[in-house]
Amino acid sequence: MSKVLMKGNEAIAEAAIRAGCLNYFAYPITPQSEVAEYLAWRMPEVGGVFLQGESEVAVSYMIHGAASAGARVFTTSSSPGISLMSEGISYMAGAQVPAVFVNIMRGGPGLGGILPSQADYLQATKGIGHGDCHLLVMAPASVQEAAEMVMMAFPLAEKYRNPVMILGDGLIGQMMEPVEFPEHLKSEPSNKDDWATNGMDTRGADTPNIVKSLFLDPKALNDNNLALRAKYERMKREDVRYEAYNLASDYGVLMVSYGTMSRVCKTAIDELKSKGIEVGLLRPQTLFPFPEDAIFKAAKKVHCQKVLCVEMSMGQMLEDVQRSVQGNCPVQWYGKCGGDVPTPEEIIDLVRTETESE
Amino acid sequence: MAKTFQRPRSLKRQQTHYCPGCTHGIVHRLVAETIDELEIRGRTVGLAPVGCAVLMYDYIDVDFQEASHGRAPAMATGIKRVRPDLMVFTYQGDGDLASIGMGEIVHAANRGEKFTTIFINNAVYGMTGGQMAPTTMPDQRTTTSPFGRKSDDVGMPIRVSELLASLATPAFITRQTVIKPKYIKKAKRAIRQAFEYQMENRCFSFVEIVSTCPTNWGMTPVDAIQWTEDTLLPYYVLGDFKTPEDE
Repeated sequence: MSKVLMKGNEAIAEAAIRAGCLNYFAYPITPQSEVAEYLAWRMPEVGGVFLQGESEVAVSYMIHGAASAGARVFTTSSSPGISLMSEGISYMAGAQVPAVFVNIMRGGPGLGGILPSQADYLQATKGIGHGDCHLLVMAPASVQEAAEMVMMAFPLAEKYRNPVMILGDGLIGQMMEPVEFPEHLKSEPSNKDDWATNGMDTRGADTPNIVKSLFLDPKALNDNNLALRAKYERMKREDVRYEAYNLASDYGVLMVSYGTMSRVCKTAIDELKSKGIEVGLLRPQTLFPFPEDAIFKAAKKVHCQKVLCVEMSMGQMLEDVQRSVQGNCPVQWYGKCGGDVPTPEEIIDLVRTETESE
Repeated sequence: MAKTFQRPRSLKRQQTHYCPGCTHGIVHRLVAETIDELEIRGRTVGLAPVGCAVLMYDYIDVDFQEASHGRAPAMATGIKRVRPDLMVFTYQGDGDLASIGMGEIVHAANRGEKFTTIFINNAVYGMTGGQMAPTTMPDQRTTTSPFGRKSDDVGMPIRVSELLASLATPAFITRQTVIKPKYIKKAKRAIRQAFEYQMENRCFSFVEIVSTCPTNWGMTPVDAIQWTEDTLLPYYVLGDFKTPEDE
């Protein structure tokens, strides 16, 4: 298929259909409402399900119900809406139910603003709901990558029987870029007969399946949490993704940045390179599991004097970067979180100040 | 000799955890009988609530999902939209449905979702230990209304069936009770009717059952039945509030 020019939100919507997901429930919220507006006509066209729920809370449980009945299903929202969905996400993680949640982040806390931000990093990677639960979190840096990550998310959710989140800043949803939907990322939904409540007749069984997160017996609850922990550990072994940029150079500064922010960093790195200053970039594509080993190794390279964490939040990923660097280098944070994206010039000035002061 | 009465196939051979004099067991049986009679056990999915009936999947032998507090109608919506061929029912108490889940039940009913809700109204929170519910009667003492419910402070009890019947979308909305055999027969007919409307893909169907909670009311089972008749039934009037045949 040839490339088409699409808005990120519409590409996310179309990517889900191309991935083989024909069920969508959502509640409108800026800056991702275009997903629902697109699927309101597109799902009927392909014989799929579209329903606008009465609230994000209700939507998260429509997803829970549909996914627990064995269907491939997804929703999209933005920061305040994800807070409301986090209850349902915790229940799904506890009951081991796969589904895909897309968060096109806006600034916060509270109503915050409607402009792009990366301020839900900690919520997505550490605190999505009560209890010991995690999502597999992927962070796209372009419309193309957003489409591909959405397509990859469904089989990953089914592999782990766990919700997967696509964490994009508002720009990913709002900007238009050429995009194509790789045929090889289309996938068949996995067989869920061993656990889903799809009706005994459907699976030719005479024993009911129960989808639940209540374990009143302490050992049973501990066992369930150990099973979840084992999945999170497996994610760390098998599904860490990141991009290395200019890491073959003798960089003195290592940047860690993701999403739209990482593209600004790349522009700054190219500019600095033309002036003889080498800067490397490690861009996490998965935020959970986090590429901690890769960052540890990149920060230990002989010329690396400093690690710079650049993000559109007040230093949320910073904690993971510091943890990964393990004290081998000073780690500095730079960012903004009001809705405007730091410019290449700001990054360049920052790096120059740092390198010249040494 | 042919058996004329036996344990329904859809009811597990399992002692329940319900208190003496609680009517959950009767309603469970009526639901199980209905599932048997309509021969839908293999394509039924139940939604267990947060509340005393959270372990309902231990008693009713069909696929079950466990909902969080009040969200069962949203989960049932999700199931029914992706699998319209499945028979789906929620089973919810009054704390669950009339308080924290009021938004979900009103919107599911208003969309005309084709599932069935069994609503157990016993005028109190059961599982959490007898706190005041939106359905608690004026002056009724609970652990969070120790001096009796004061309606000038927290309003009057909500009549959910009447509220849902006020929606313009066609539906089957009925209120029944199971405190005496004559009522049980009617309740059984109502539950079966509700499932049949779903089977025909006609409408949302809702059966409220005025129930007892001797433990949290601080009464003997016999006194609880009398109190239901004297205090609850005059306020929660029995009967059909809406059928899909209504214009």
